[in-house]
Amino acid sequence: MTARLSRRLLTALAFLIALVWVFPVYWMLNSALLPNTVLQSFIPTFFPVPATLSNLRSVATDPSFYSALTMSLAVTFTAVIGCLLFAFLAALAISRFRFRGRASFVLAVLLVQMLPAEGLFIAQYKMVSAAGLLNSVIGISVIYMAAVIPFTVWMLRGFVAAVPLELEEAGMMDGLSRSGAFMRITLPLLAPGLVASGVYAFLQAWNEFTVALVLLPDSAAHTLPLWLRSFIQASATRETDWAQVMAASTIVAVPVILFFLLVQGRMTSGLVAGAVKG
Amino acid sequence: MPTAPATRTGSAAAPATPARAPRRRRTPRVPYLLLLPAVLVLLLGMGYPVVWQALTSLRDFGLAQQFGAPAEFIGLGNYAELVTDPQLLAVVARSIAFCLVAAGLTVLLGTLFALLMTAVATPARMTLQVSLLLAWAMPVVAAMTVWIWLFDRRRGVINYTLDALGLPFERFDWLSNPWTFFLVALIVVVWMSVPFVAFAMYAGLTQVSPEVLEAAAIDGADGFARFRHIILPMVRPVLSIVLLLQLIWDLRVFTQFTMLQDAGSKSSDYDVLGTYIYKLATSAQDFGMASAFSIIVLLLTIALSWFYVRDLMKQEDQ
Repeated sequence: MTARLSRRLLTALAFLIALVWVFPVYWMLNSALLPNTVLQSFIPTFFPVPATLSNLRSVATDPSFYSALTMSLAVTFTAVIGCLLFAFLAALAISRFRFRGRASFVLAVLLVQMLPAEGLFIAQYKMVSAAGLLNSVIGISVIYMAAVIPFTVWMLRGFVAAVPLELEEAGMMDGLSRSGAFMRITLPLLAPGLVASGVYAFLQAWNEFTVALVLLPDSAAHTLPLWLRSFIQASATRETDWAQVMAASTIVAVPVILFFLLVQGRMTSGLVAGAVKG
Repeated sequence: MPTAPATRTGSAAAPATPARAPRRRRTPRVPYLLLLPAVLVLLLGMGYPVVWQALTSLRDFGLAQQFGAPAEFIGLGNYAELVTDPQLLAVVARSIAFCLVAAGLTVLLGTLFALLMTAVATPARMTLQVSLLLAWAMPVVAAMTVWIWLFDRRRGVINYTLDALGLPFERFDWLSNPWTFFLVALIVVVWMSVPFVAFAMYAGLTQVSPEVLEAAAIDGADGFARFRHIILPMVRPVLSIVLLLQLIWDLRVFTQFTMLQDAGSKSSDYDVLGTYIYKLATSAQDFGMASAFSIIVLLLTIALSWFYVRDLMKQEDQ
């Protein structure tokens, strides 16, 4: 009897926590859908009635939004491709070969993983600026790659090690060339690992704020997180236009949330596996 | 894949399968070629900045340097100033305190939520998991924007609710007092980080065999004893890694504080290491001092992660 009561209490608690945790996300959507006149009231409106898409529409037709979207896509794409390629080659080296300096490389990867981006941006700024690459896709992509490669190497090495070399050799016995065996046998088995690492790199680059703030000072080169911040600042000059600001946040957040929900199972298992198994 | 036929020596016994030979012999050059791109990017993006930062932290930057004079080498002068100036030290202490409280609270709540997930039936568990996932997936800049709106002085729903409950929170300005400012930052950071801990711990908890727990219950172990003697030892590896990651992440919080400062006070009483370094470098152009602070962050991070890294290296040797 008491066990049943405590189980009910726990269930109620779980629902309560769920409600509290999701509330900010709900509040963003709710506020994005409400007309600004309603939002200006001192009494909050808890449901999006009357709903309107005008906030979202006016944000989405802002030319600065498109410029930021393009920049975010270019930076993320470059960083993800570079990171996957380089990290994959490195993972291949450390899981398929024993060589001098292997342990040092592994240690370096671990340590680099711990380096805080916020502690290095001055030097990164000086370096990228000296190379004339401020406000450019290449300059910031290299920094993003360096930040994401360690974890990606760490994650991929587990996947590479899990593919038995014998499979590839068997393929070669059956007449495949070395690269043919690699492409037809090993690569497909590595696909889940590459997808998981790619997703990780994508989310990091897409959401990154600090390095972008330093390396992309020109507002024409802003990525979406920077654009959102300056959007808030611009709207705060008078009375903050919260309906517009929430619409802008929604436009930045919803695609990421959807993408994240689609891939999170794979990412969590990769993350936990990488962290725990080492 | 590059091959190196030159090393295919003494393979007279196996001329029929020449493709096998190079890999089995592990040509020394191949792994280095494979590592080269990653190493170059890491050296460029991380290695060089660390060295530059370390060297710059030994130099003095003042007004003259803003007009192009070369910065003088002053040894550990910046560090000496840092540890003797109570205001500078306060930033370090504040950051460490915030990091400890935030990481501790995050791991505690995350673990409790994970335990709750194992204790309730599927509908409640799914509801909790979906709502945590939504919070986890919010980009930090978007999440900060919503939280600032929730805590808005005049029209924020938090002041409205507290006021409706009869508490004196009408037009209460959360961001104008250091204590409430840090409280808001704490709430936001914990809200964002708990989902990761909860999911990692839940994954760890599902590995604990129910038979063992049942056997312990039959032997008379109560809930707390079962947690302490069976569950805790089994999830300890996950627990220690999430705690480490939280400490590292919470030590370098930047976006959250910058955006809260945008919305509220920009006074230095609200600074943590990240924002302080940023201000030193951008507005004061004191690269020497900013670099000294950066090196402190690096050292703190390495100190925190030292045992973990050593542990992993041991596994690597086996």
